Amino acid sequence: MSEIDGNGPAEDVRPRDTRDDSADGGREAADGDAAAVTFDREGIRAGFLTCLPVALGVGGYGIAFGMLARRAGLSVAEATLMSATVLAGAAQIVAVELWAEPIPVATVVLTTLAINLRYSLMGAALGPWLERLSPSRSYGSLVLMADENWALTMRELKSGSGRGAFLLGTGLAIWVFWVAATIVGAAAGGVIGDPARYGLDFVLAAVFVALAVDLWEGRPTLVPWLVALATAVVTAALLPGRWYILLGGLAAAAVEVVRHGR
Amino acid sequence: MVADGALALEPLVVGTILAMALVTALTKVGGFWLLRRLEVSDRLEAGLSVLPGAIVIAILGPELAAGGPAEWGAAGVVLLVMWRTENILLALCGGVGAVVVFRALV
Repeated sequence: MSEIDGNGPAEDVRPRDTRDDSADGGREAADGDAAAVTFDREGIRAGFLTCLPVALGVGGYGIAFGMLARRAGLSVAEATLMSATVLAGAAQIVAVELWAEPIPVATVVLTTLAINLRYSLMGAALGPWLERLSPSRSYGSLVLMADENWALTMRELKSGSGRGAFLLGTGLAIWVFWVAATIVGAAAGGVIGDPARYGLDFVLAAVFVALAVDLWEGRPTLVPWLVALATAVVTAALLPGRWYILLGGLAAAAVEVVRHGR
Repeated sequence: MVADGALALEPLVVGTILAMALVTALTKVGGFWLLRRLEVSDRLEAGLSVLPGAIVIAILGPELAAGGPAEWGAAGVVLLVMWRTENILLALCGGVGAVVVFRALV
């Protein structure tokens, strides 16, 4: 992080300053930031490097997935193909747990859909920045979106850096580590043991705590966050899978829509 | 070293994997696609603006609830380091180090 920040500001402060001054005079800071969204190699590089420590944690899950997939009867090639094309950790791990002979195709695909519906919400949250990019760039970046790099990208774009290529850079880091770790896990089997031994299973939770600190905007944030928390905890206890993420987010947004009218 | 069948690609398995990849890609681009085509009112925008934080909390809540004192303590370390330094790498390293130590203690 620090080495990126070290050379980053010199690159991105310049265009942002000129546009903020000339355009909307700071009335709508979000619009000013969105107007200055760029898409360049520097942004990809910054995203990739920022995501490396997180991608290492993702690698821990990837090894676990590779081993689970082998145990479920997938070949190394099939496990690798799944990681390279699906790129959704929780859904893949659940899918190989459902795997049986014959393959319950409809169950596997529908469960994958249900677990991953939250990505629609997450992609929509990136909308204000991504809509300034061409369709091939925005949609191409979104396909590489996962929980971890969405979190880092949200943080980056909310800071106003305008690095639209950040999602692609972080996504590439996640993809490389996820696929490589799957191959290692599937090929090496039980040699590595439990990723929890190195605390790597905690990386995802840690990323989200750090992000919550960044996203906290004081009192106005309190009510929607409490609604999200209560909805998610209750839903997680009642429903299987990852519905709680989707429902928690939607409940908070709904409450905010109602509150906004008053 | 490569076991028999490690490179096997069964058509039905490959088909299932590609179907999973397709629905996943649709979920990833779908929300953004829909949003670009809707006329977004002020109220809807206010609702969408709380989404990032709300989703983070919704992911975090049950995850921490399922953990124990070691995870809660480590989450506290991340919170504190992040709040004080605003350095995500430092916060992550602190949290992962703390969880290993706390799990050994608890």
